[in-house]
Amino acid sequence: MTWLLRKDLLILARSRLLVALLVLYPVAIALLIGFAISRGPSRPRVAIVDETAPGETVQVGSSRVEVARYARRLFSEVDAVEVASRGQAVHDISSGDVLAAVVIPPDIAAKVSSGTGQGQLELIYNGDALEQSLVQSQLRSALAQANLGFSEQIQRAAAQAIEVLLKGGNLGVLGAPEDLVGLNRIPGLLREVIAHTPAGPQRDALVQVQAFADFAAQNLSLSKRVLATVGQPIEVHSVLLHGRRTPLDAFAVVVAVSVSVMFLAVLLAAGGLALEREENALARLIRGLLSRQRLLAGKGLLAGVCSFLVGLAMLAGVGAFVPLDWGRSPLWLAALAAGAAGFAALGLAIGALAREVRAASLLGILLSLPLALLALVPAGAVGHGFYDVIQVVSFVFPFKAALQALDAAVNDSSPAMGLPVVHLLVLVAAFGALASAGLRREV
Amino acid sequence: MSHALQVQGLTKRYGQLTALDDVGFQADPGELVALLGPNGAGKTTLLSILAGAQQADAGTVQPDRRLIGWAPQQPALYSKLTVAENLAFFARLEGVPDVEAAVAGMLEQTGLAERAREQVGRLSGGNRQRVNVAIGLIGAPAVLVLDEPTASLDPAQRERLWLFLAGLARAGRTVLFSTHNPSEAQRHATRALVLDRGRLLFDGTPGLLVERSGLGGGDLEQALVAFLAAAGEQDAQSQ
Repeated sequence: MTWLLRKDLLILARSRLLVALLVLYPVAIALLIGFAISRGPSRPRVAIVDETAPGETVQVGSSRVEVARYARRLFSEVDAVEVASRGQAVHDISSGDVLAAVVIPPDIAAKVSSGTGQGQLELIYNGDALEQSLVQSQLRSALAQANLGFSEQIQRAAAQAIEVLLKGGNLGVLGAPEDLVGLNRIPGLLREVIAHTPAGPQRDALVQVQAFADFAAQNLSLSKRVLATVGQPIEVHSVLLHGRRTPLDAFAVVVAVSVSVMFLAVLLAAGGLALEREENALARLIRGLLSRQRLLAGKGLLAGVCSFLVGLAMLAGVGAFVPLDWGRSPLWLAALAAGAAGFAALGLAIGALAREVRAASLLGILLSLPLALLALVPAGAVGHGFYDVIQVVSFVFPFKAALQALDAAVNDSSPAMGLPVVHLLVLVAAFGALASAGLRREV
Repeated sequence: MSHALQVQGLTKRYGQLTALDDVGFQADPGELVALLGPNGAGKTTLLSILAGAQQADAGTVQPDRRLIGWAPQQPALYSKLTVAENLAFFARLEGVPDVEAAVAGMLEQTGLAERAREQVGRLSGGNRQRVNVAIGLIGAPAVLVLDEPTASLDPAQRERLWLFLAGLARAGRTVLFSTHNPSEAQRHATRALVLDRGRLLFDGTPGLLVERSGLGGGDLEQALVAFLAAAGEQDAQSQ
């Protein structure tokens, strides 16, 4: 087998373009996928037409809420471009300069202040279905956030007013007395008055007023808490069931390395084995000079070791930019080795079925790329039935198990490394058997 | 006298198709045996089984397959390796004790010494075939089987190859080759085997095949066509 490895290395060394492609292509694909995962969606460019008077505010109790402040919060989710008029905005959308426009009408503050109607924004947009969906979803989310902020501000102002009503003081509203007696003090004051009032209809009336003041003070106090609940009725409390939370950057590194290892191992193993058939050497080799198992082991070893080394180099290189826990590096090695073995076994199965290197390479790419993308589809992103199919497909190929093993090794994520590694070893045996059966075909 | 090659009851089936049907023959040291027959007769299957590249469903072959050298129809070589590297790789797999000496000897014997450092992918078809045969011989086998060795060669290259193979036979090797060119068998072979639809129909000298054909002389090509036609008629009558 040593001579087989030496021969294959010699052939690889004389195929520099192939080797360069074998290394650069998976690294490029891996970086693209990692980049796409680690970055959020890009912000759409949106024109803003603010027709409100500068500094316009909405009066809430004693507070004034500035409209522009919440408009800015709305536009923080997009790449906002201020334009002078609605006509200019429509022109910019038509020319493709911006994807959409939001018009803030001049009466928005008046409408919100009146409390009789909602303030309305106008959204004008264009573009294909994907762009429309992106603009709608981002602006809807931003509007929900802005509404929440606005509502919180109103709730705070209302709570402040209730506080003054309860404790007394200055309400800050034009025309209101400057030193209000707080509702909390009224029952006590009334009790003193009642004590000095002779029994009779006047005293009975005062007792009724005192009972009302007691009741009102208690319930107004309760309404402060109710207001807080109305301001944000639902709060999210996050609980991570298994393992620790993986930073997106560290996960992107794991994805990038897994993709690179997959491509390199699959293409090397598949190409190396298919080369024996393409050069008509397979029949000569397995006629007793070399057993099928040793031939497969040799090809798998070469592909596995090469991809393992590239994966390790990538982890070490990326580790300079993304914080990784180097104390876990022995686990990295184990996960990388198991992943490389799984991918190499898949490559051998492909190589045993193909008659030419080109066919084997094409088959390897056509099979590997969708497998990687499928394994990255999160639960809930697709229909239940389709996700079940994805789960089954991901289970019978090594990418997901390799990704889980490496993620567990690098990021201490869940599931733990043991199960994916065992899964990979089972797949190595299964694909190895498939490759061996493939080699038994007519040579 | 012990035979260099002894084949008994070889049978090979691909599903419903019987590629070889109870084929048996012997060959002695120094013999140059031609294997003749139409396309699909089973010639390549027979040679692949003798070489150990395929397994028979029944029958035996002596000696062990590793003692039989093989040159398949399509040159089985690594085009990115040089001539010498190809020879050395297969010599090591064959377990040749002194690889360097064996490679040097084979390069000399096949006239490829000057091409030793050239990558095989850059050689002409004729030279590739010579390397292919040289690899079949690198383990110094007593028996060499060649599947249509002259198929891709020009007349001058064919002539050189026949001289080389005749030299091997004179040195005591047993050479079994398949060919679609009966005139080559007539000129170079000491014995001919005729295979048709997996059955061995004739085993004898080329002269005897001409006699059996009933043509009363002429070349082996005409004799083979007549012989196969007569065999076909006999089959039809017996059914």
